[in-house]
Amino acid sequence: MLKTFPKGGVHPKENKFSAGKKIETLPLPKQVIVPVSQQIGAPSTPVVAVNDMVKTGQVIAKAEGFVSANIHAPVSGKVTKIDFFTDSSGYKRKAIMIDTEGDEWADGINRDPSLQKDCSLSPEEIIKKINEAGLVGLGGATFPTHVKLSVPKGKTAEYLLINAVECEPYLTSDHQLMMEKADEIMVGTSILMKALSVSKAMIGIENNKPDAIELFTRKAKEYKGIEVYALRVQYPQGGEKQLIKAILNREVPSGGLPIDVGCVVQNVGTAFAVYEAVQKNKPLIERVVTVTGKSVKSPSNFLARIGTPVSQLIEAAGGVPEDTAKIVNGGPMMGKAINTTDVPVTKGTSGILIFRDSEASRKEMQNCIRCAKCVSVCPMGLTPFMQMAVVERALWDEAEKYHILDCIECGSCSYTCPASRPLLDYIRLGKQTVNKIIRARKA
Amino acid sequence: MTNRLLTVSMSPHVHSGNSVNKIMYGVVIAMLPALAVSLFYFGLGALQMTLIAVASCLLFEWLIQKYLLKGKTSITDGSALVTGILLAFNVPSSLPWWMMVIGSLVAIGVAKMSFGGLGNNPFNPALVGRVFLLISFPVEMTSWPKPIINNLVLVDAQTGATPLALIKEGLKNGEPLGDLMNKIPDIWHLFLGEMGGSLGEVSALALLIGGIYMLMKKIITWHIPFSVLGSVALFTGILHIIEPNAYADPGFHLLAGGIMLGAIFMATDMVTSPMTPLGQIIFGTGIGVITVLIRVFGAYPEGVSFAILIMNAFVPLIDKACKPKRFGEVKKNG
Repeated sequence: MLKTFPKGGVHPKENKFSAGKKIETLPLPKQVIVPVSQQIGAPSTPVVAVNDMVKTGQVIAKAEGFVSANIHAPVSGKVTKIDFFTDSSGYKRKAIMIDTEGDEWADGINRDPSLQKDCSLSPEEIIKKINEAGLVGLGGATFPTHVKLSVPKGKTAEYLLINAVECEPYLTSDHQLMMEKADEIMVGTSILMKALSVSKAMIGIENNKPDAIELFTRKAKEYKGIEVYALRVQYPQGGEKQLIKAILNREVPSGGLPIDVGCVVQNVGTAFAVYEAVQKNKPLIERVVTVTGKSVKSPSNFLARIGTPVSQLIEAAGGVPEDTAKIVNGGPMMGKAINTTDVPVTKGTSGILIFRDSEASRKEMQNCIRCAKCVSVCPMGLTPFMQMAVVERALWDEAEKYHILDCIECGSCSYTCPASRPLLDYIRLGKQTVNKIIRARKA
Repeated sequence: MTNRLLTVSMSPHVHSGNSVNKIMYGVVIAMLPALAVSLFYFGLGALQMTLIAVASCLLFEWLIQKYLLKGKTSITDGSALVTGILLAFNVPSSLPWWMMVIGSLVAIGVAKMSFGGLGNNPFNPALVGRVFLLISFPVEMTSWPKPIINNLVLVDAQTGATPLALIKEGLKNGEPLGDLMNKIPDIWHLFLGEMGGSLGEVSALALLIGGIYMLMKKIITWHIPFSVLGSVALFTGILHIIEPNAYADPGFHLLAGGIMLGAIFMATDMVTSPMTPLGQIIFGTGIGVITVLIRVFGAYPEGVSFAILIMNAFVPLIDKACKPKRFGEVKKNG
C-alpha cells in the first residue's frame, strides 16, 4: 500500500505536458525587475542606488529582520530604477530594475558544475550561509529557509522531510530538477540534516513519478539516513501537514507547526538551492519554472533568472497561444492568476500556466444541495459549505468556531463542488477577517 | 503579447466537472429500471401518472420562479424532474390525475419553493406531497391496482391490498400470521415486484440496480441505504425471533412496501440528509426503527414516508452533533 494522508483529497487530471522535458537555460534577459518582497515576512531593504553597477550574485536588498531574506542581483549591469512595479499579485510593489550588461559574477561564487559532496561546516555556519544566500521555500510558499532551520527553544527536530511530491497538476519543475540534479539534491538534503542535527530524512515522491522514485531510491543507498517514500497520487499530498501525516503518521496540531511534531519540511527545489548556496556560495538568483498549458506550443521547464519577465518565458515556450484567456503563476489548484505578462519571475514562481478560453472561467454558481462532497474531500476535516454560509452572512464568531483558520487553502472543496460554489473565495475572506479580529482582541 | 484581456480569479483554476445537473440526471437514470417495472406491472397507467407528475412539477417550479419569485428559472437542473418521478413512484397508478397535480403543487410549491428552492428545503418534497395526498385522499391513495403483466389498460378497475396492509388487517382481525403469509406473494415475487403497491416501490430488484448505479457514480454513499435496511432487518428480526407467530420475518419487511424505495431514493436525498457518514448512519437507523414501529405498532400499515420526514426534521441536530473529525484535533504535544 502506498502511503497517503487519511482524509479527503481529490485527484485532478494531471496534465503534466512538460514531463521529461530537459531543463533549458533561458538566455539572459535584457532587463530584470527584482521585487524586494519575494518572501513571506518583511520586505527587504534596497542597498544599491540608481546608476550603481552590480555583479551577478551581489546583494542588492538586505533582509529586514529575522523573517525576511536577502535579495541578490540576478544579472550584472546597471541599476536603472528603484520604483514601484506591478508584481504577480497585481499590486504595485517596490522593485529594483537592472539593465543587463555583460555577465560578470560576484567574487566567491563557484560556477564549476562538478559535484562537491563533503561539507565540514557546523550547523550554525550552514544556517548562516543559507541566510546570506537569501533562500526561501521554493515550493511556492516562499517562507525564509533559515527561519525553518532555526528550531525554537523547547522544540526538537527529529526528522527532515523533503517535499518532492509536486502534487499540483501541470507542474513538472521539481520532477525534472530531481531527474537532472539528483546528487546535488542528496547532498543538499544531507546538509539540511546537519543544519538541523537530525539523523533521518525522508523524501516523499508521488507515485506518478516512478523514474524519480527509482533514481532516488538508488541514490539514497549512498547517503546515510535518507529514505525515499512513494506516495499515492492524491492532492494535496504535498501539503506540509498531509505529507507529515502520510509519511510519519503524525498530526500537526491545529494552529501548530511541523516542528511541534518534531518535523521540518523543505521543498526538493530548496534542497538543491541549499546545495548551491552552501557548497558553491551561489545565492538564489535563478530557479526552474514550468511553462505549460493545453495550447502551449512547447511546454517546457526553464532555468530562469529571478526578475525575468514572464513574457520572455512564454515566448521561449512558443509564444502566447491565440486562445489564451487566463495566465496563472503557480499550479492550477493554488496558483495566482496574473493580469499581465509583464511581471517578473520571483523566487516563488514554480510554473506559468496558460489556460484557454474554455478553461478560464468558472461555471455559474448554483444553490448548495448539501451533497457533502466538500466535507468529504477536505483534508483538514472541515465543513467548507458551512464556513462559506457563515462568511456570506458575516458571522465572524461562527466562522472562527467552525475553525476557518485551519483551512490550508488547497482548493479541493471548490474543485469538487457540483454547484460550482466559490467556497474557497469565501473561506479566504473569512480567514482574513477572523485573523484581523483575533489580532484586535490580543491588542 | 496579444492585447487581449486576461481573466483573473482566485484559485483553484480547475474544476472537477461535476454538476448539480449531472447528479440529478444520474438519479433519473437510476430510477429507470423501477420505472420500467412499473410499466410492466401497472401498464400505461403508470406511465401516465409519471408524465403528469413530472409535467406538473416542472410547470409549478417554472411558474413560481418566473411569476412569484420573479427570478431566474432553473427547471433544467433536473431536481424538479427527480421530484416528479419520485412523487409518481409513491402513489398508486390508479390515482386520479388531478390529485397528482395537487400533490405536485404541494411538493414543489409548499415543500420546496417556499423554503427558497433547491437545497433549502428541510423535508423531502416528494414525500411531503405524498403524505399530503395520503391524508387528504385516503381512499384513492390506498386503492392499489393489481399487478398484471402486459397490462395495456389505462385505469385498472381491479384493485387489491398491499401485502403490508393484508398482514396488518389480518392480524388485527385475529388471523394467524401463517395463514396470512400464504395469501401474499412469495418472497421471490416480492423481490421481483409482483405485488400491489405504489408504482415505483414494488420491485426490490429494480430499485437495487438503481442503487448500485448511484453508488458506482458516487451520487450516494452506502451509509444511508445500508443503515435503513440494516436496522429494519435487525429490528424485525428480533421481533420475529421473540414471537414468530405475531411478527413477520425481516425478508418480508424488507421486500414488501416502500422501504427499498425509501432507503435507496428518498432517504438519500442529499438536501434533506446529514453530511457526515456517522450522521447518515444515525439518520438511516432512525428511519428504519420508526418505520418498523409504525408498521408493527402504529395505525398505518406502512410508515416509511413518515419515518423519513420525521428524521428529516432531525437533520440539523444530527449535523450539529456529528461534525467530521478535524485534522490536528489533538492536544498540543499530545
